[in-house]
Amino acid sequence: MDATPACAKQHKGPIYSEDAVINANGTLKNAFVYIKSGLAKRDYPVPPAPVKLDQKGCIYVPHVVGVMVNQTLEISNSDDTNHNIHPMPKENREWNESQPPKGDVKVKTFPKEEVPPILFKCNVHPWMRAWVGVVSHPYFAVSGEEGTFTLKDVPPGEYMVGAWHERFGVKEVKVKVEAKQSLTADITFSAN
Amino acid sequence: MWNPWLNRYAYLLAIATLLLVVAGASVTSNEAGLSVPDWPLSYGKLMPEMTGGIFYEHGHRMIATTVGFLSIFLAVWLWRVESRGWLKKLGLAALGAVIFQGLLGGLTVLYLLPKPVSISHACLAQVFFSCTMAIALFTSKGWLHGAPEVEDSGGISLRSLAVGTPVVLLGQLALGAGYRHKAIGLIWHILGAVIATGVVLFFAVSVLSYFQSHRPLRRTAVALLSITFAQVFLGVGAYMSRIATLEAPQPMPLMVWFTVIHVAVGALTMGTAVLLGIQVLRYVRRPRLEVEARQMATT
Repeated sequence: MDATPACAKQHKGPIYSEDAVINANGTLKNAFVYIKSGLAKRDYPVPPAPVKLDQKGCIYVPHVVGVMVNQTLEISNSDDTNHNIHPMPKENREWNESQPPKGDVKVKTFPKEEVPPILFKCNVHPWMRAWVGVVSHPYFAVSGEEGTFTLKDVPPGEYMVGAWHERFGVKEVKVKVEAKQSLTADITFSAN
Repeated sequence: MWNPWLNRYAYLLAIATLLLVVAGASVTSNEAGLSVPDWPLSYGKLMPEMTGGIFYEHGHRMIATTVGFLSIFLAVWLWRVESRGWLKKLGLAALGAVIFQGLLGGLTVLYLLPKPVSISHACLAQVFFSCTMAIALFTSKGWLHGAPEVEDSGGISLRSLAVGTPVVLLGQLALGAGYRHKAIGLIWHILGAVIATGVVLFFAVSVLSYFQSHRPLRRTAVALLSITFAQVFLGVGAYMSRIATLEAPQPMPLMVWFTVIHVAVGALTMGTAVLLGIQVLRYVRRPRLEVEARQMATT
């Protein structure tokens, strides 16, 4: 990043890779968690609010994000330098578009479910990576600073909950949700 | 008659082309192939801000444009002053190749690095570089003055190896490009390296064994052997640097430089094999017995 002053000047200290962020309490940040199976087959309404992905300090923010199929993803560039946004999906259409400094927000949707999440690159700045998980229902989340996640308003039933992490792979846990029940499920990744 | 300036100009084009190969390899190794999403302009401009991956991609385009203009001038020069019709045509063929190469480069950007196009782009670069080296040879004083002919020893024909070795090397370069563009696994490139090194060794050592006193053949064979050894070392280095930096944020400079130099020396290996092949085809006669047998068969 030092070779690109427009990026380096936005950071006072060293920049660390976000491919494995362990929180202070020993939990794991940036795991994409979603209901993998068990949901009734139906069309879930797509939230009208867009999900936002920014490029700030030549880093994608947030590093991992989830959207529903056909939900709007707004990608912005808060930097004083060019970026190119290059998602590399397996199921959806690949594209590669430039975005000038503080340029217009790009509005994109993904018509097909895709987990493991889609890798977003910027070929101008090869260290930039983001992951966008695309699911057909609203029951997904990304683990945060406390290593926690919340899947809200899940209907009663038995489900397989999947968790994906870019470095540590995939884990699954089976849960049974009763009506009006709050349930806690722990998912543990191994560094090996 | 020898035209020293034409010859120097041909060398200049060959050197510029090698620089272009280095620039192209830098684009791939720095994952900058799509840092400029449009073509033929870059971000709609002739000269975008040269930041990050744009430095590699647009730099590659600038050197490619220079090589294109140099090739046009060489083709015109050869057409005007050269008496050998086939060399005029070779100049035109080189020009056609560099234009086609530019189109492949454009397609690879516009269609987001389709593997067959990217691999063809990498291979044609090597063929074009060999072509520029051959033109430099054909316009050299040594080539025009010639050297004594020698007779092939029979057994495995050196004349066959003269054609076969560059073909094997091109195959190996294609495997390398296939690996770099993630079309095949590394094992195929390693297997190809074993075969290609064996063929080059056999070819060059045979030339040295039989025609030690033939200066042009000896010089090129020694050069081919030296470059091939360096290339094997660089290949191992490129692999080791990849392993050593596996856990580090990519692309790491150590891996980038080993790989880029490996690609460039690969081009030199192929080009030198082509030169040795051309010299063998010119200076090494078919064995007398084989010629007589062919004559008898035709009568």
